[in-house]
Amino acid sequence: MVTAVRNGVPGAVQQVSFWVGDWTIIVAADRLLDVMRFLKDDAAAAFDYCSDVTAADWPPREKRFDVIYCLYSTRLRHRLRVKVRVGEEEPVESVTSLWPAADWLEREVYDQFGIDIVNHPDRRRILMPDQWQGYPQRKDYPLEGPGELLMENPQDWLRVRNIPDEAGAGVDAAAGTDADAEIE
Amino acid sequence: MTLEAPRAAATQFDTDELVINMGPQHPSTHGVLRVVLKLDGERVVDADCVIGYIHRGIEKLSENRDWTQIILLTDRMDYVAAATNNLGYCQTVEKLMQIEVPRRARYIRTLLAELQRIASHCLWLGTHAMDIGAMTVLLYAFREREFVLDLFEEFCGARLTYNSMRIGGLPLDVPPGWDRKVLSFCDLMETKLSDYETLLTNNRIWLKRTRDVGVISGDEAIGLGLCGPPLRGSGVPRDLRKDEPYAAYDEMEFNVPLGTRGDTYDRYLIRMDEFRESIRIIRQAVEGLPEGPIMGKVPRLIKPPAGETYHAIESPKGELGYFIVSDGKSTNPYRFRVRPPSFCNLQGLKRLVTGHLVADVVALIGTIDIVLGEVDR
Repeated sequence: MVTAVRNGVPGAVQQVSFWVGDWTIIVAADRLLDVMRFLKDDAAAAFDYCSDVTAADWPPREKRFDVIYCLYSTRLRHRLRVKVRVGEEEPVESVTSLWPAADWLEREVYDQFGIDIVNHPDRRRILMPDQWQGYPQRKDYPLEGPGELLMENPQDWLRVRNIPDEAGAGVDAAAGTDADAEIE
Repeated sequence: MTLEAPRAAATQFDTDELVINMGPQHPSTHGVLRVVLKLDGERVVDADCVIGYIHRGIEKLSENRDWTQIILLTDRMDYVAAATNNLGYCQTVEKLMQIEVPRRARYIRTLLAELQRIASHCLWLGTHAMDIGAMTVLLYAFREREFVLDLFEEFCGARLTYNSMRIGGLPLDVPPGWDRKVLSFCDLMETKLSDYETLLTNNRIWLKRTRDVGVISGDEAIGLGLCGPPLRGSGVPRDLRKDEPYAAYDEMEFNVPLGTRGDTYDRYLIRMDEFRESIRIIRQAVEGLPEGPIMGKVPRLIKPPAGETYHAIESPKGELGYFIVSDGKSTNPYRFRVRPPSFCNLQGLKRLVTGHLVADVVALIGTIDIVLGEVDR
């Protein structure tokens, strides 16, 4: 099956691995939709069920995010994990056109990691409130909550924590030290 | 039912679409779910679910806890089926570490998972029937659920959040005489099931409220990512206990009930059949319970090798998957992800309610059997 993908979409599969019974392929981000379409339509693959879409954050790496798609075939009863590696600013094509199931799952990936999912029909936050700043599942996001500080002034909290503003305003160094001084 | 209702009086009356909020405090939403409904008269034109009210960041929290500490966090996701959550997590870590679980432990796990399925389905049946208007069933179903909780209490001391499994096996063996109690519960449950069916299966009001409500075809259900009874209700033979057997399911004999029409009534029938199949599995597990240890060979410090895996089990709600990444260095998972069945089933609510009456929304929220603790995590 993995060979079929390699032949069906030449040049897209970067890496194949098999570990504890799971097949994983790593795919170039710009070829994601081609590979997915092939996996869904090809008779030997027939992945008609999208079990899960999730991501993992590996900060020191330049392409820091892994976006992971767990696919399943209800006819052939096999599984495959497809992975793309993207940087912070890189867009990932939505797969909702192939599997409507990916809708909320991709919203969660956007909500928790801030990965730029493009061509999604309804890209909003899902678990966090709409006006939330920051992406909780990133490794540089603190574990403990902001407490009352967030309620009073979310911007201050971001400065204390040194998290870049979601709107892209950024945190300048001077403001950061000021806020730190206030806390101390 | 379709949307093309006659609009004869459109010129005289105000026929604007109306947006109303159902929840987050609505009794039929089983927790804190807000459904924003767009209505054309009594008919639902569009729906949007607002979730996240009890998001506790379990995934993030788990990435900062020991591998063993996470077991009790999994209890807090689907809190009406905590043992199944424990099972899914422990098996995923066992898969990562390639630990062999002793046969006795696998049997007891199967037994607990099926008892849990009965408890969870009892809660579903009671609340689903009450939402539609059959109050009696709630009291009956909760009475039987109480017996299951008593059995769990005797096994591990807790009634709701059990923390009943460990990586590599079980913390406790079954208490003496417990197996006989389980068997007598099975007998009791069988008679009570026919009581429920007398109340509902041929009840005319029940039929009117559930037949042809929320019909979804098999292909569409697959595309929407539905899982568990909502998927099987549409005739898709997908049960992870059969397809990818775990614990001791490969040694058990049971059927996978399937629906034909894919409506709310079929999903009801399937769950009623699942009660019976669960009882069948429990009997086999009790009678065939092998002797032996309950804990496999597990290193004192749990530190899986670097790698990742996805492992799914069939929870009472559907496919409960865990995707766990270990970096091989630390004593906590690098990435901990839960694929919650309720979340994926709730996604299909929009498709199910569109075109139906407001009153059917209540029935449809009931039929997909969600637990908000799991949706929001």
